[in-house]
Amino acid sequence: MTDKDSKDGIYPEPQFDRGPIADIASARASRRQFIKGVIASGVVASSAGLMYGCSREEVAASGGVERMLRLTINGETRTVDVLPNETLAMTLRYKLNLTGTKLGCDRGECGACTVLIDDVSTYSCSTLTHMVRGRSITTIEGLESADGTLHPVQQAMIDELGPQCGFCTPGQILSAVALLKSNPSPTRDEVRHALSGNLCRCGAYDHYLNSVMRAAEMA
Amino acid sequence: MSKDMMAGFELFQPDTLQGAVDLLARYGDEAWALAGGNDSFDWFKDRVKRPSYVVDLTGLTELNGIREMADGGVEIGALTTLTEIENNSLIQGRYSILADAAGRVASPQIRNTGTIGGNLAQDARCWYYRYGVDCYRAGGDTCYADTPEGQNREHCLWGANRCVAVSPSDTAPAMVALDARMHIVGPDGEREVAAEDFFIGPDIDIERMTVLEPGEVLTAIRIPADWAGSTFYFEKVADRNTWDFALVSIAAAMVVEGGNISRIRMAAGAVECVPRRLSVVEQVVTGQPKNEATANLAGQSSVRGATPLNFNHFKIPLLQNLVTRAIRDA
Ligand SMILES: Cc1cc2nc3c(=O)[nH]c(=O)nc-3n(C[C@H](O)[C@H](O)[C@H](O)COP(=O)(O)OP(=O)(O)OC[C@H]3O[C@@H](n4cnc5c(N)ncnc54)[C@H](O)[C@@H]3O)c2cc1C
Ligand code: FES
Ligand code: FES
Repeated sequence: MTDKDSKDGIYPEPQFDRGPIADIASARASRRQFIKGVIASGVVASSAGLMYGCSREEVAASGGVERMLRLTINGETRTVDVLPNETLAMTLRYKLNLTGTKLGCDRGECGACTVLIDDVSTYSCSTLTHMVRGRSITTIEGLESADGTLHPVQQAMIDELGPQCGFCTPGQILSAVALLKSNPSPTRDEVRHALSGNLCRCGAYDHYLNSVMRAAEMA
Repeated sequence: MSKDMMAGFELFQPDTLQGAVDLLARYGDEAWALAGGNDSFDWFKDRVKRPSYVVDLTGLTELNGIREMADGGVEIGALTTLTEIENNSLIQGRYSILADAAGRVASPQIRNTGTIGGNLAQDARCWYYRYGVDCYRAGGDTCYADTPEGQNREHCLWGANRCVAVSPSDTAPAMVALDARMHIVGPDGEREVAAEDFFIGPDIDIERMTVLEPGEVLTAIRIPADWAGSTFYFEKVADRNTWDFALVSIAAAMVVEGGNISRIRMAAGAVECVPRRLSVVEQVVTGQPKNEATANLAGQSSVRGATPLNFNHFKIPLLQNLVTRAIRDA
C-alpha cells in the first residue's frame, strides 16, 4: 500500500488546463486575493497547493461553486477551501488531517475510504466534497465519545482481535456502524453482506464478523 | 505515476432541471452530467475524459424518488439510488426483479450513491477502452480486444461491429424485461423511449451506449403496470459477488396461467453491447407448459447464432444454463 500521508508533493503536477479558467482568473484578482488571504490565515492546515500541484489562482476563479465550504464533520462545523474536483477523502486526509480515513485504491474498489454520510456508508474516494455540503459526515475519529470511551464496534474489534494489519479497519468499522444503526441485531449473514464492500488483504473477514456480532450483542 | 487527482473542472450544482439542461446546452461537448459519480470519477482520475464543466445533478430533488402512477405502474426518478430501489416496498412488491438486479450492482457503498440513471447510462467497461487507448469506441481505428492476443473473456457473443464491448449494467436487462420507458428531457423538449431502444450498439453509434444526446438528461424511468406482480427471474454470474460486472446475467418476466407460460419477456446482460432481448426464447416458450422440457428447449434456443471471441466461449453454456434455470426455477 502506498502511504499518501506525506506532504512533500507525492502527487505529480497534473496537467491542469489553463484555457478559459486562467483568462477569467486574471480578471478576478480581488477575489483571488481574498481566497489567498483565507488560506494564509491558517484555515487550511496542510500544504494543499503543493499536493495538488495546480496553482490556486487558476481554480479560485471558478464560475461554478463557491470554494469555501462549511462541512459538518464528526459533529463539528469546519470551514475548508475545497477544489471543485476534490474528493472527500482528499479533503479529510490532506486538508483536515483526518488520516484515519484510508485511501487504498481511490477507485471505489476496496472500501478503505468508507465514511458515513448522514449515517449511510459511502466511499469518500468516490464522492466530491462539494456534493456533501450540508450533510453530516462521520469518520473513524468521530466514533468515540467525548470522554474517550470507544464505540461498541471499536471495543469489540479489540476484544475479538478483529484486525490484522489494520489498514482496512476504519472502513470495516464504519460499514458495521452503519449497519447497526439501521439493524441493531443482524444475523451473521447480514453482517457479511453489509461488510461486503470492504476488502481486507489480510483476510481477517471472519474476525471482523465475530467482532460485529459481539458489538451487536453488547449494545 | 499516480494519476489519482482529477484534472481541474468547473463544478455547477443547479437545483432545477431547467437549470441543469441550460448549463449542459451552454457548454456542449465540454460539459459532463454527474450523478453518483461512480462511473465518471474513474474516467476523470485516469484523465481519459477531461470535461471542463461538470454539472452535478444530485441537487435536482424533482428527479428523486419512487412514485406510483395512475395506471398502477411505477415511476422512478433517475437520481434514485440503487439502495433505495433495492429496499423500496413498491418495487419489491410489484417488480422484485428490479430490486434483485439493483441489489447485485457493485458493492453496498456504490449502491448507496450510485443512481439508477447513472447505472443505465454508464459507459462500456472494456479495459482497453477504459485505459484510454485509441480504439474505435474512442474515435480511433483499432479494436484491441478483438485480436489474437486480446483479452476478451468479458466481451460479446453477438453484435460485434468493430467494437466488441458489452452492456455492463445490471439493471438494464431488468428494465428491458419490464418494458420500461425512459423519460428524457433536453434543450429541444422531452421524449420517451422504450428501454429496448434506449440502448444502442456500435452499428448505430460506436461512441455511445444509449440514445442520450449530449445535453439530454434522463429524468425518470416509467415501468408500466403490465408486468406488475408477475413471475420473475434474475440471476447474475460474476467472478466475485461484490464489485465485479456480470459475465452473463438474465432477467425474465413471465405470466404463468394453469401451468402454461402465457406471456414472457426476457433479456440477457453482458453478451452484447445492448441488453439482448431473447425474442427467440420468448417465441419458443410462449403457450408451453412451464416445465423442464420447455426450459431445456429455451436454453438451447437462446444461444443460436452466438459468435464467441478467443476467450469467451464459456459464455455460451453459461447463457444457456441461465436461460434454462430462468424458465425452470422462476
Ligand atoms: C468498482 C466498481 C464496480 C462496479 N460494479 C458494477 C456492477 O457490478 N454492475 C453495474 O451495473 N455497475 C457497476 N459499476 C458501474 C456504475 O458506476 C454504477 O453501477 C453506478 O450505478 C453508476 O451510477 P452513478 O450515479 O454513480 O453514475 P455517474 O458516474 O454519475 O454517471 C454515469 C454516466 O451516466 C451519465 N448520467 C448519469 N445520470 C444521468 C442522467 N440522469 N441523465 C443523463 N446522463 C446521466 C453520466 O454523464 C455518466 O456518463 C461499478 C463501478 C465501480 C467503480
Ligand atoms: S479508496 Fe475508496 S474504495 Fe478504495
Ligand atoms: S486487516 Fe490488513 S487489510 Fe484488513
